[in-house]
Amino acid sequence: MNAVILLFPGTNRERDMAIALRKATGRKPAILFHQETSLPAGTDLVVLPGGFSHGDYLRCGAMAARSPVMAAVRDFAARGGHVLGVCNGFQILTEAGLLPGALLRNASLRFLSMDCNLRVETTDSPFTARWRKGETFRAPMAHGDGNYFCDDGTLARLQAEDRVAFRYADAQGEATAEANRNGARDNIAGILSENRRILGMMPHPEDLVDPLMGGTDGLPLFESIAGALATA
Amino acid sequence: MKLIVTVMPKNGVLDPQGKAIEHALGTLGFEAVGEVRTGKVIELELAETDPARARAQAEEMARKLLANTVIESFRVELA
Repeated sequence: MNAVILLFPGTNRERDMAIALRKATGRKPAILFHQETSLPAGTDLVVLPGGFSHGDYLRCGAMAARSPVMAAVRDFAARGGHVLGVCNGFQILTEAGLLPGALLRNASLRFLSMDCNLRVETTDSPFTARWRKGETFRAPMAHGDGNYFCDDGTLARLQAEDRVAFRYADAQGEATAEANRNGARDNIAGILSENRRILGMMPHPEDLVDPLMGGTDGLPLFESIAGALATA
Repeated sequence: MKLIVTVMPKNGVLDPQGKAIEHALGTLGFEAVGEVRTGKVIELELAETDPARARAQAEEMARKLLANTVIESFRVELA
């Protein structure tokens, strides 16, 4: 699997993402700057990592979503390419219109930097196949604008089409209001595109991929996508 | 030609900043304050001199970048 990590001014999680991808695939991902207008030949997966692209000016991800490289990502996605966006990457994907909804300021108005529990809501995706449905795992989160919002019609579609990938849950796996620290609609922490090949999520699975990091809870995501694209 | 684009969260979209300001005003003794909503004001200086065309340009800018119409509405006015 050939992965490409996009780098915008203010991106700061590209190294963690590279470690996770390298661990799952054995190959070093390419890093691509935001002003590029094409992806390297043979790209299988495009990853938008976390950070504060363009200083979060106007809205989180608004500037990055309109940068030159995103036209290439849009073409790649339209041809059925796989895309992963984490944290600011998720915000960029919604701003680019590649995923529905938007990420609002956390309902508490506080920047949240802590671990959360995520419940796997579907295994029917190249990003979640290595988990069991309903399984919970730990993931660090660090965001000020992670409050997922969408209108009623979009929410109904996401639910009906089994496109909610992860929900915030408590240690028992219940999607409670207390576990929903940022106030996200329906406890949504991550969603899939219509063709299930684009995943956006707020918490950081790439930060738990090695016992030295304190756990390997996030590794199944990278093993899932590496497995799905190994023969691609 | 100068235009002013006002961007506001849509009705039904949570505005925690507005809520925080509302509470702070209450703390200061302004008890008769109802709902407070916060938004953004963006001033544009355009080369266009025809008001209708300038407004159309600003509206296109708002739809494409200045506002996220999933969560925000906007209003364009000539300054």
